[in-house]
Amino acid sequence: MAEKTLIEGIREALDEELERDPTVFITGEDVGPRGGVFRATMGLFKKYGPSRIIDSPLAESSIVAIGVGAAMNGMRPVCEIQFADFIHPAYNQIVNEAARMYYRTGGATTVPMVIRTPYGGGIGGGLYHSQSIEATFAHVPGLKVVVPSSPHDAKGLLKSAIRDNNPVLFLEPKKGYRLIKGEVPDGEYTVPLGAAKVTREGADITVYAYGIMHFYCRQAADEVAKEGIGVELVDLRTLNPLDKETVLRSFKKTGKALIVYEDNRFLGYGAEIAAILSDEAFHYMDAPIMRLAGPDVPGVPYSHKLQDWFMPNPQKIAGAMRKLAAY
Amino acid sequence: MAVATPQVDIHTPSLPKDMLVEMVTAMVRARKLDERCWLLHRQGRIAFHISGMGHEAAQIGVAFAMRRGHDMLYPYYRDLSLVMALGMTPRDILLGVFGRAGDPSSGGRQMPAHYYYKPGNVFSVSSPVTTQVPQAAGIALAEKLKGGDRVVVTSLGEGSTSQGDFHEALCWAGVHKLPLVVVVENNEYAISVPMHMQMAVARVSDRAAAYGVRGVTVNGLDLFETHAAAKEAIDIARSGGGTTLLEARVARLTPHSSDDDDTTYRTPEDKAALKMQDPLPPLREKLIETGVLTEKQAKEIEERALAEVDEAQRFAESAPFPEEAWGAGPVFAD
Repeated sequence: MAEKTLIEGIREALDEELERDPTVFITGEDVGPRGGVFRATMGLFKKYGPSRIIDSPLAESSIVAIGVGAAMNGMRPVCEIQFADFIHPAYNQIVNEAARMYYRTGGATTVPMVIRTPYGGGIGGGLYHSQSIEATFAHVPGLKVVVPSSPHDAKGLLKSAIRDNNPVLFLEPKKGYRLIKGEVPDGEYTVPLGAAKVTREGADITVYAYGIMHFYCRQAADEVAKEGIGVELVDLRTLNPLDKETVLRSFKKTGKALIVYEDNRFLGYGAEIAAILSDEAFHYMDAPIMRLAGPDVPGVPYSHKLQDWFMPNPQKIAGAMRKLAAY
Repeated sequence: MAVATPQVDIHTPSLPKDMLVEMVTAMVRARKLDERCWLLHRQGRIAFHISGMGHEAAQIGVAFAMRRGHDMLYPYYRDLSLVMALGMTPRDILLGVFGRAGDPSSGGRQMPAHYYYKPGNVFSVSSPVTTQVPQAAGIALAEKLKGGDRVVVTSLGEGSTSQGDFHEALCWAGVHKLPLVVVVENNEYAISVPMHMQMAVARVSDRAAAYGVRGVTVNGLDLFETHAAAKEAIDIARSGGGTTLLEARVARLTPHSSDDDDTTYRTPEDKAALKMQDPLPPLREKLIETGVLTEKQAKEIEERALAEVDEAQRFAESAPFPEEAWGAGPVFAD
């Protein structure tokens, strides 16, 4: 077992699945000899050749549509959208086609495909290289939405996503690609989709997060622990279908919930968590359910100073934790 | 430089007699069923119908050029004749029209004309237009990656060629020389919008050059011309020669759908001229004239088709509705 970065976990999953299953292939912009703009597919073109690693035309709708078609003809495509911000031209193919195919064919046709895309801010990407798109897509029945927050989970969840018989949107926290490091077992293992994980136990408050926000929440939890605040941290890992059981179990223990996400606050993922807690665990509630999220503006601004203003970070999260614990 | 509206001017058939009888029977069956659906809608017994009348010759020409049951079809909503030629029966279609549990397309989940028929390798139609074309390219790419010999046929209207998905699909088709035939059933109207407001080229097939694929335009009212062109396109696709953009000039004999009123955008002269563009009567005449059919046999084909539609209607109308639980899913596959 070695310490690796999150993007190395992703690359290992791709490599091992390409090796294991001849129906797996990768397509997307610059995924070939270039190895992807973030280097997620680095070395794979050389190893597997141009019929397994296919540079696509610069046309996102077709990147997904080609995957939908290929998946319906016996393949397991892994389609890369270079930045989540550019997924919108493919919205129709994802939402109207990939996600609805199983239902509209009465369960007779499946679309086993993965759409990988780097998302989120904090890298100086401005309005169009920083977007968080999870709420939009997690709203869609028939589409699984997965977000890893550690190298271990990145590898195990991606392998599960590739083997899943449904379309899976696999959101990669790009700020964490090289920032987040951790132990990754060598060789075969998977992490199941649809299972959240309690990554830190605590008695005072429950904090729900995913992706890079989970990484920041761990730091913030360490910080407030010094002040005697016990944070229970739940890494949601799969946003659809949600592991409600784990979500509710932790809340029933602490009675206080904070949801942290960098997507803008209004109708964001935290709103659904808050609604579920209030619907199904109202009598356990000891404080108003809190959300710490990005502001409701049309994007993460570019200027470093403005970006810092936008992004939740360990300091802001620690502040919210203190406020909730004190309620 | 508009291309003249197609007229029915049928070539003399050179196909085997059995096949000719089968082809004309397929067209007549689809027509009788189509007419019945209009009637059912006007009687208030069904919510919606969208017609393929005027497209039958083109669709049957294409269908009979395919290796049916082997090749794959990703159709669009006007392809009643095509999907019937690939195995759907009047019972199957009417179960969908009446929203019954036995509807093979979706068990009553989708609107009528959103065809899906797995035994015939027919992929599932949705409502946003042109989404099927890049998916068909993906199906064809997979076929090529697997080393298979099945050709993918996909179809759409001329209005749908304005969508970005059309352009994106043909980029892939050209770059990868995909085993694909893209059939544009050009009936000159996208609901109410005429072709000259849709594109500035005279032929949809003129666009093929931009993608490095073959472009062919045929008179889609002529069964035999369409069949020959489709056969050539499919043979080329199967032998590794890549994609053809096949434009079949057809006529839309009806309004866009049961909810449309084409008198708001078609002149009385235009509508009157449509009667001369019905591909069925001249075909019947030609087959009798060339001794393929007798008058009596032609009449029998029509009577049999009508009887089949009558029976299918009785069957479908008395078939059970889906259970409510069927609405609830499952949403995800295991």
